[in-house]
Amino acid sequence: MIKEYSSVTDVKGPLIVVEGIEDVAFGEIVEIITADDQRRLGQVLQVEKGKAVVQIFQGTSGIDTLKTRVRFTADTMKLNVSPEMLGRMFNGLGEPIDGQPDIIPEKRIDVNGLAINPFRREYPKEFIQTGISALDLMNTLVRGQKLPIFSGAGLPHNKIAAQIVKQAKVLAKEENFAVVFVAMGITHEEAQFFRNEFRESGALQNTILFLNLANHPAIERIITPRIALSAAEYLAFEKDMHVLAILTDMTNYCEALREVSAARNEIPGRRGYPGYMYTDLASLYERAGRIKGRKGSLTQVPIISMPDDDITHPIPDLTGYITEGQFVLSRDMQHKGIYPPNDVLPSLSRLMAHGIGKGHTREDHADVSNQLYAGYARGRSLRDLVAVIGKESLTELDLKYLDFADTFEHEFINQSYDEDRPIEESLKKAWQLLSTLPKEELKRISKEFIEKYYAN
Amino acid sequence: MGFINKISGPVVIGEGMKGSRMFDVVKVGEEGLIGEIIQLKGDLAVIQVYEDTTGLKPDEKIETTGLPLSIDLGPGLLGSILDGIGRPLPYLATQSGDFIERGIEASSLSKEQEFEFKANVHPGTPLLPGQVIGHVPETELIQHKIMVPPDKEGRLIEIYEGVHRAESVVAKIETKKGIEEITLSQSWPVRVPRPIKKKLTPSQPLISGQRVFDTFFPLAKGGTACIPGPFGAGKTISQHQLAKWVDADIVVYIGCGERGNEMTEVLNDFPRLMDPRTNKPLMERTVLIANTSNMPVAAREASIYTGITIAEYFRDQGFNVALMADSTSRWAEALREISSRLEEMPGEEGYPAYLSSKLAEFYERAGNVLTLNDAESSISVIGAVSPPGGDFSEPVTQNTLRITKVFWGLDAPLAYQRHFPAVNWLTSYSLYADDVKEFYLKVDPQFPELREKAFALLQKEEELQEIVQLVGPDALPEEDKLVLDTTKRLREDFLQQNAYDKVDSYCAPKKQFFMLKEILEYHEKLMKDIKQGKKLSELKDPKMDEKLARMKYDKGI
Repeated sequence: MIKEYSSVTDVKGPLIVVEGIEDVAFGEIVEIITADDQRRLGQVLQVEKGKAVVQIFQGTSGIDTLKTRVRFTADTMKLNVSPEMLGRMFNGLGEPIDGQPDIIPEKRIDVNGLAINPFRREYPKEFIQTGISALDLMNTLVRGQKLPIFSGAGLPHNKIAAQIVKQAKVLAKEENFAVVFVAMGITHEEAQFFRNEFRESGALQNTILFLNLANHPAIERIITPRIALSAAEYLAFEKDMHVLAILTDMTNYCEALREVSAARNEIPGRRGYPGYMYTDLASLYERAGRIKGRKGSLTQVPIISMPDDDITHPIPDLTGYITEGQFVLSRDMQHKGIYPPNDVLPSLSRLMAHGIGKGHTREDHADVSNQLYAGYARGRSLRDLVAVIGKESLTELDLKYLDFADTFEHEFINQSYDEDRPIEESLKKAWQLLSTLPKEELKRISKEFIEKYYAN
Repeated sequence: MGFINKISGPVVIGEGMKGSRMFDVVKVGEEGLIGEIIQLKGDLAVIQVYEDTTGLKPDEKIETTGLPLSIDLGPGLLGSILDGIGRPLPYLATQSGDFIERGIEASSLSKEQEFEFKANVHPGTPLLPGQVIGHVPETELIQHKIMVPPDKEGRLIEIYEGVHRAESVVAKIETKKGIEEITLSQSWPVRVPRPIKKKLTPSQPLISGQRVFDTFFPLAKGGTACIPGPFGAGKTISQHQLAKWVDADIVVYIGCGERGNEMTEVLNDFPRLMDPRTNKPLMERTVLIANTSNMPVAAREASIYTGITIAEYFRDQGFNVALMADSTSRWAEALREISSRLEEMPGEEGYPAYLSSKLAEFYERAGNVLTLNDAESSISVIGAVSPPGGDFSEPVTQNTLRITKVFWGLDAPLAYQRHFPAVNWLTSYSLYADDVKEFYLKVDPQFPELREKAFALLQKEEELQEIVQLVGPDALPEEDKLVLDTTKRLREDFLQQNAYDKVDSYCAPKKQFFMLKEILEYHEKLMKDIKQGKKLSELKDPKMDEKLARMKYDKGI
């Protein structure tokens, strides 16, 4: 039963207070009709006897306390889903915006989802070849993982995400794949870039776009990823598809969260972000994964632009504590003209260990990646030393490490946007590089692999 | 019975609640969501709800169970995986499939599983609280002892040997209040520590097979340790390594607000991994509590109490228990979230002012103790802390450091070099080194001495590095060059340990000593030669380097 009230008493930021209400549920979806007949959507954030606090997704401008009508829908936020959604474009609330008719729903699902029972999870270990050495060899992505790109303003995170979508494949397998693209507060131009790239690579008919752009209501962003991930879960766990979800930009999402929290007078945590931001972000990221006995998978690549390139900022910080690693972009590398401008040292893939090696990539993969890390870290710290005391006092071995670090950046990490480098090729390049170091320096590689692959 | 007055996230305010008690478990709404009373104000009760509250409405009913949040303790716990309030996850999967739905009630113990009970007391015996009346062979190694509950005593009237289930009556005793039954399992409120006779000073190390922990910063059985570190520094892998290899009889692992896939990894690995001492699957000695970050926040708050209560129950049977909590920061955040919904006056960084006392209460439940039945046993607690931005000055890390006696500080720069475990040897410490010295002397009388020596070298390296940063390595005297050479070896060949290598994953104390000795003896030998005027570059021996570097992978040592 739909109940309608015109008893808005307070309007504050994105929130309104409605009084004199009855039988309203926590989390219920609310329709607001303003004096000039505009329709908006909202959600109950707090309810007590006779009074509810409602968050309005499209902002509160134009809402008054006299004529505005509030309709409680007796339902929580739901999304109509069907495989027809592939190839379609929706707004941040899940309504079609591509001029085509509404989809015929196969099902209606709650957008908040339910937590996957950890006992029913399947451990992700299927290697995804992205054709990018910095990912494949150093920070391997596997199906069902959540691996964010930590970026900054002006860095090419969009290109990297688009390249991943374009090139991602699981070796020796042809399976149903889908892309769920979630835009939160990015510009029209950026969204257009993704559409064009998806079209060119032929991924567009397997893509669902959910667009909340920079000029769209900010509070709507809170619900957009939930809607999109519900569609993604549906495709992955009910339609056996391998879904890659790109969420950009999570920083805008968190800002919207902060705005609502501030309007509710909540006690802020670090930098004004709400204390429950960890839990809130987890409720999105943890929707990635695989489930025992189901074929599909949901892989997430969220993009976070770090304010002031600061990795300790609450948004990347809390994200890093939830996601299974991070792919960090650095301005220094960008200045050197390296693409992808990835700083491998703070980057990490937590699910790598089980997704590589014999039967997945190649037997020596783990050792090689460890050795590259160690060698590059040593080269980097020598650079600092050279800056102070010059090259002269370095030993011959130190000089080799310096070169190693340079070549690593320019030859190994560096590749072009169009280059789809198979894993064997990445490994080959890695061994060329490692062979510039003396054999006995390769302490992290087992002897048999040195015998087999060392190039002299 | 009362009614819902207000709902705000996981916090519900009930009215008409007069007569219900603080910390009583209540069932909220038509679906019967499980909650707990955390504040009483006249007619109103503030309830934290352990499940998602979406869809609840004011005026829905609230029923109190009249009991505090409790867990069933008994045979069948080992090898199980429970959620934050003690419900078995496999059972939840049978009820609601792959996703966890709301309002499912479940005991931590299976009601069907049967156990063979053997008595070891005869009718007529006067029984004291906590006294063992018999046992059940739960696994091949663990004889699960059945005890008189800590709050009961009396004369044994009857005892029934044979096959029983968790709820079966196994004995009847005559107490002052009349005849009472003792069942195979017992229930205990999680927020109340189980009683003991007295606390003892820890004297044995908890050996983990991890060189940096055992050799440099040992934890005692019954001690407390804290592992703080930024993300990616290897907290979880360290916790997993400890859970795999510590020489405890029972391991309780609490995944508190962490990643779902990591719990899956534990679930996959543990049944397959063998305990190096007993050659039995590690799962047979493990209890897992999994409250992943997307599961309800209030249940996360409860999860560490559920875990430590289980640990206490096994301790009372005379076992040495190790408990890992990953991560206590998520628990503290749950406290903060609930506190802020209660509109309490915040302390530092929004955490409630009682954060430090709550943390202290939790860690105080660890210890080496004399149980009610006069066994000496222990609970060791290892808490991971996830400081925001890796900044150790934040309240959770600081309050934890005030209580715990071992500090294993993880370091991002070490992790970036893939130096794992990324334990910073300069900032970490252990206050148990003297308490457990006896053990190391038994491994080898030289052990403590070598440890000091290696430690001194590593300290010296830090000073030398500063000089190198200014003038370059060439300007150093030969002796100092040797120090740098040796410390590099200590770092790479001793401190670094590969958790994924079959051999190196676990390193016995004897092997630890041997490796340390080899490295330091070689150092002495070179030092002698240098003192006679030779140069380090002339003395370099790649074969020896290789031999020392390969020791960790050598099965034979």
